[in-house]
Formats: sequence, C-alpha cells, structure tokens
Amino acid sequence: MDFGFTEQEEAGRQEIREFLRQELGTVRTWTTPGEAISKDFTRKLAEKGWLGVGWPTEYGGLGRPYTEQLIYSEETMYYGAPSGSHILAQNMVGPTLIRVGSEEQKREYLPRILRGEITFCLGYTEPNAGSDLANCQTTAVPEGDDFIINGQKMFTSFAGQADYAWMTVRTDPNAPKKHRGISMFIVDMKTPGITVRPLETMWDYSLYEVFFENVRVPKNAVVGELNQGWHYLTVALDHERVFMGGVVAQHRRFFGELVEYAKNTYRNGKPLSKDPIVRQRLAQLATDLEIGRLFAYRVAWILGKEVIPFAEASMTKIFTSELEQRLANTAMQILGLYGPLGRGSRAPFDGYAGWEYKFSLMQAVGGGSNEIERILIAIAGLGLPRP
Amino acid sequence: MDLDLTEEQEMLRTMARDFLTKECPKTLVRELEEDEKGYSPELWRKMAELGWMGLVLPEEHGGMDMGFMDLIILLQEMGRNIVPGPFFCSVVLGSLPILSAGTEEQKKRFLPEIASGEMILTMALYEPNARYDASGVETKAVAQDNNFVINGTKLFVENAHIADYMICVTRTQEGASPEEGISLFLVDSKSPGIKCQVIPTMADDKLCEVVLENVSVPKENMLGELDKGWRIVTRALEHAIMAKCAEMVGGSEAVLDMTLDYVKERVQYGKPIGSFQVIQHYCANMWTNVATSRNLLYKVAWDLGEGLPVAKEIAMAKGWINQAYKFVTERAIQCHGAIGLTRDHDVGLYYRRAKAAELAFGDTDFQKELVAQQMGL
Repeated sequence: MDFGFTEQEEAGRQEIREFLRQELGTVRTWTTPGEAISKDFTRKLAEKGWLGVGWPTEYGGLGRPYTEQLIYSEETMYYGAPSGSHILAQNMVGPTLIRVGSEEQKREYLPRILRGEITFCLGYTEPNAGSDLANCQTTAVPEGDDFIINGQKMFTSFAGQADYAWMTVRTDPNAPKKHRGISMFIVDMKTPGITVRPLETMWDYSLYEVFFENVRVPKNAVVGELNQGWHYLTVALDHERVFMGGVVAQHRRFFGELVEYAKNTYRNGKPLSKDPIVRQRLAQLATDLEIGRLFAYRVAWILGKEVIPFAEASMTKIFTSELEQRLANTAMQILGLYGPLGRGSRAPFDGYAGWEYKFSLMQAVGGGSNEIERILIAIAGLGLPRP
Repeated sequence: MDLDLTEEQEMLRTMARDFLTKECPKTLVRELEEDEKGYSPELWRKMAELGWMGLVLPEEHGGMDMGFMDLIILLQEMGRNIVPGPFFCSVVLGSLPILSAGTEEQKKRFLPEIASGEMILTMALYEPNARYDASGVETKAVAQDNNFVINGTKLFVENAHIADYMICVTRTQEGASPEEGISLFLVDSKSPGIKCQVIPTMADDKLCEVVLENVSVPKENMLGELDKGWRIVTRALEHAIMAKCAEMVGGSEAVLDMTLDYVKERVQYGKPIGSFQVIQHYCANMWTNVATSRNLLYKVAWDLGEGLPVAKEIAMAKGWINQAYKFVTERAIQCHGAIGLTRDHDVGLYYRRAKAAELAFGDTDFQKELVAQQMGL
C-alpha cells in the first residue's frame, strides 16, 4: 500500500498549477468552474493538450492514468478554471466516442473537442424522464436517409451555448423494456426545428428547455449502434466519476478562505475561531473534505484497474454534494447576518457563501438525485433485491 | 500510488479471518463476557503460536518484524470478530512503547515474553478525573533511594486484573505545562500496595480500577526519561488510536455484512425487506460510512507507519470512525427490528462495543477540538 504520489504525478500537478496561477491568479471565479463558460480559456487549456488529459494518445490525448486525470481535475477546480464550454465533451462525449463511436464520428468530433472548438450539452432529462431516465419520450423516426426528432428536453445545462446536443431519443417504441429502445444521438443545435428557452434558477444562471419539432438529422447522428443508447449513457456517466472527485478541491479552497475569515474576524472581542462551536464546525468540515479527497483517489484507483466502481462512484457523488451543502450552510452560520448579503455589497467572499447555499441544492438533485444514487449503491454495490 | 493490500497482507487477512471464525465464535465471546478473567488462555496461546503478539516486533526480540500496517489489518479482523482479551493492551499499549522508548535491557526483558504471550501488559493512564489529556495525570511518583514510590488511583485500565506488568503514567514534577513532569514506570502488578478491581462495563471489556498505595518501583523500570514521559504517551496514543480505529472499522464491516444478509432474507409484505427503498437507503448510508472509514484508516495508518506528521489526521480519523461505527450499529439494529434488541443476537454485541470504543481515547467532540488546534484555530 502506498498513498504517496509519484514524481510524475507531482510534476503534473505543479505544471497545471503553475499555469492556472499565471492565468487566473487568486481571483475567485464567482460561479462554479464547471458551469462558467469561457471559450478563450478552453482554447488555452487545449493548447496545452489538457482537454485530452486522459484520452488515449492515438486519438490525440495525453494518455494519462486516472490518478493524474484526477489531479488535473483537482487543480482546475481549485483555481476555478472556467470549464463549461469543454467539460462535457472532455469527460463524457469524447471518451464515449472513443469507445463506441464510428470512425467517421471520431474524425468529425474528436479533434475539434481537443482544440476546444465545440461545446456540447447533455440532453437526457425530459418533463417525464427525471430520475426515471429510461422513460425518455423524445422520438427519432427514420425517414429516408434521415431521422425526424420530436419531443422536449428539460433542465439542460449549456443548451444556450452549445454547438451540439448529446442526447437520448426513443428509436424503438415497442422494445420489451423501456431502456432497450433508446439510442444516443449527436444533434447540431443549429438544425431547424430546435427551440431553446432559458429556465432561470435561484443561483443566477440558466438551465434550458429544448424543444424539437420535426428536426431532421442524418443517419450518422446515431452514436454506435441503434437502440444501445442506455448502455452508452452509463458508459459516459462512468467517465464523469473520476472528475467529480475533483470538485472537493473547489470546496477546499473556499474552506481555506472561511478558516482565514474565522481567524481574522472578531465578534464579542475575540476571533470567531476561538468560539468552541465554530471550532467544532470547521474541524468537522476539514474532516469531511479529507474524506472526500481520499475517496476520490480510491475511485480513480479502482478505475485504473479497469473496474467500474459503481457503488464508490455513486458514493462520491452523494458525499461531495452533501458536503457542499454542509459547507455552504456552515459558512452562512459563521457569517451570521453577513451570510445572506449579495454580491457587490458588504458581503464577505463577494457573496459566494450565499450563492453556494443556493447552488449546492442542485448538486444533490442533478446528475442522478442522491436518492437514486443510494438505491444504485444498494442494488449494484450491495446486491440488495430490486424494489 | 497503490491502494491495494500487498499479497502478504491479503494472506494475513485471510488467515486471520479463517482462524478467528473458527476459534472465536460468538458463543465464546458471550461466555467471556461473563467470565472473570475475560479471555481464553487457550485462544491466547494459539494466537501467540501464530506470532500475532510479536507481529511488529523485531526478530531479535522474538517478533515477526512486520509493519504497522500489517498490525492494522490484523486488528481489523480482530475487531470484526470482537475478540475478547488483552491483545490490544498487551501489544499496542504495552509492547510498542517499550519498543520505541525502552532501554536495550528493558526490550530484552519484556519484548520476547510479550511476543510469546507469556507476559501480559497494559497501560495505566487515565484517572478518576476522566481527562484524556496530560493534565489528567495526578498519580504521583516520588524518588526514594533506588526506587520510585507511586501513590494514586488509575481508572479505566484495560485488563489490569490479568496483566503481569502495567506501564504506569505518573507525575514526578509539577511542570510549567501539564505535559512536563510526567514519567512512565513498568510496574509489576503483584507489587505490594496495588489493589485492582474489575468494573462492570457496557462492553464487558474488563476495565479496572487500580489503586496504588506506596508502591515501590525500581529505578531501572522507568520507561524513557524522567519528567519527559508524555511524549512517549503521545506516541503510544497515536498508535493506539489507529489500532482502535482498525478494530472499529472491522466491527462496522461485520455489522454491515450481517445486516445485508438479514435484509435479503427477512420477508415482510411478501418481499425481502432489502427491496424497500428506505432499507436500501439505510444500507447505502451504512456502506458509505464503512467505506470512508476504511479508506481513512488505511491512509492515516500508512502515514503513521511512514513517519509523516499525523496529529491532525489521527484526530480526524478517530472523530470520523467514532461516528461511523456508532451510526452503522444503530442503523443495523433498526434494520433488524426487535430481534436486534435481544441478547441472543450478535448485533447488540457490536452496538455496545461501538459506544465504548467511541469514548476510548477521546470522543468526536474532543477529536474535533484537536483538529481545530492543529488547524491553528
């Protein structure tokens, strides 16, 4: 057993850290980096080859092992690198195409993803397909050399900016089981018949509704084989897991700022950090962050053995999302009356705590609600019978 | 980075699990709860034959020269089987401080006998004031000719009633800080002036009150330097806390396993209760607690074995694992329903031990305060 990092891992961390420090300094990117969009910054990462940090070298990637991918993810999250215009392509679309895409699709999309030119949104959720994703009702019906898509996607991140949708559609309405009749499509968002409407959220940026009305797409929009979409969806989710662990680093940064605040802010004549309740709360968060960080490495380690860590990955998702909520809540409690103050006012951290208090709600709902993730752990990980 | 156990560690684990499943069934655990001595000399002898008491001791002192991580893995299995007896106090609290702070003469005298199981040690640290820190040490040792004379009362002393020697933590001087002026002595339990009494406990784990009245100890039995004993205690506690964590993680693994078996078999409303989402959530949460505890245990034990700074990490580990083991045993009983409340069922054995283990060496509030101090708050 060896919990230490190799020289290569340390060197990789230093390299990306140096770059991010120079590019971003210590300025807070106010929204969460995974959601912030900057084409310019994406291109800078692309020039370094970092959009394909874990991709195989034959597809232009750096071919780094999972632990190094996690290191990359930790650093970009810590420094708040805006990643919204590449994160889905980098972690889900690209790796899934490499595994199951046609040669044509690989040629078409992979180089452009690596150059940071194209942005994807993820069209899974629908009005009647939330936790029950297999209940996808958007249809794609063959017509000549094309498919005609009709239906609606909902709560779609990045749909307002994306060049392409990576989306599930129902191609076999008569399949014996719902998830067997689903295919994965790549759809150009400029195709006629697509309408995008923003859904404003509590935390000041938008999710989207996407409407498809007789949208005609060519046959080569199908990823891999027809009606195998459910399988590809789970493959794509697995790739996301290793990066999810990196989000802990983002929280570690805010936590560090909170600790400094507690040390330097006086209430009733003494620093907040001398208050026994504040001490207990901060110590608990420090422990939670360490647990989260270590577990992310466990997940990366298991992935590196070509084993898919279903239960561990779900656990990381649950743990980090609930940690984020605890962190936000604790920060608000420590700030007291200053907690709810908004941006550009007298609020500490420029109002980040209050923003995080709202945003952190999404983490426990999006990407598989924590309730569903717990059931996945129970069934896939612990062998309990299906409900 | 390599987060797997080595082949040797896997073998040790399998061997320990097989051995303890066979040699330490719950019938024996229950018997020993009622037993005056609280351990099985036969099982003790067999464990000694496997080399367990000397697992981490050097070969020259009768040990097997294995690493601290190996001991952690063994203790995890012992915790899984809630093995009663003085292994923890003799090996962890007894032999490790002698190994790290003893003179050559002391090592020669004590370690081979501990390794062979012939001698049982314990540590007399805590007192009726129930403080975890150095200021709790009030028992006095005063120099007199070639001896020290000890007076005071030690409490919560593990297995003192069967120990041959105890490492007695005493105050030899009022220092500028509570940590100064503490000295350790290897005290023969049969010395005149010692009265030992077993106290009934929730975990039936044979904690003792030890009253020392003018107990004379030869100077050569001092462990470490005069007045500078607390650093030995600190070091001993680092190992002891991680060892305790290993037992707790093993216990929580066993409880999770028995709960999963139960909820798959127990049928209500015509279905196994494990198919109900509430139970699935409980089980997922239990597993999360077990998996995070195990990961943290290995990481911090590895750090400790590598000699890295670990004061904060150890406090985090104990604080976390305290809560996790307690949570897992409590949820396990809820999943078992009424059968889990009976003395006949194994799950209650763990529930009681989880609480006792939580309070040993500092509960979570105490550990969190240590974390806060280490963070510079």
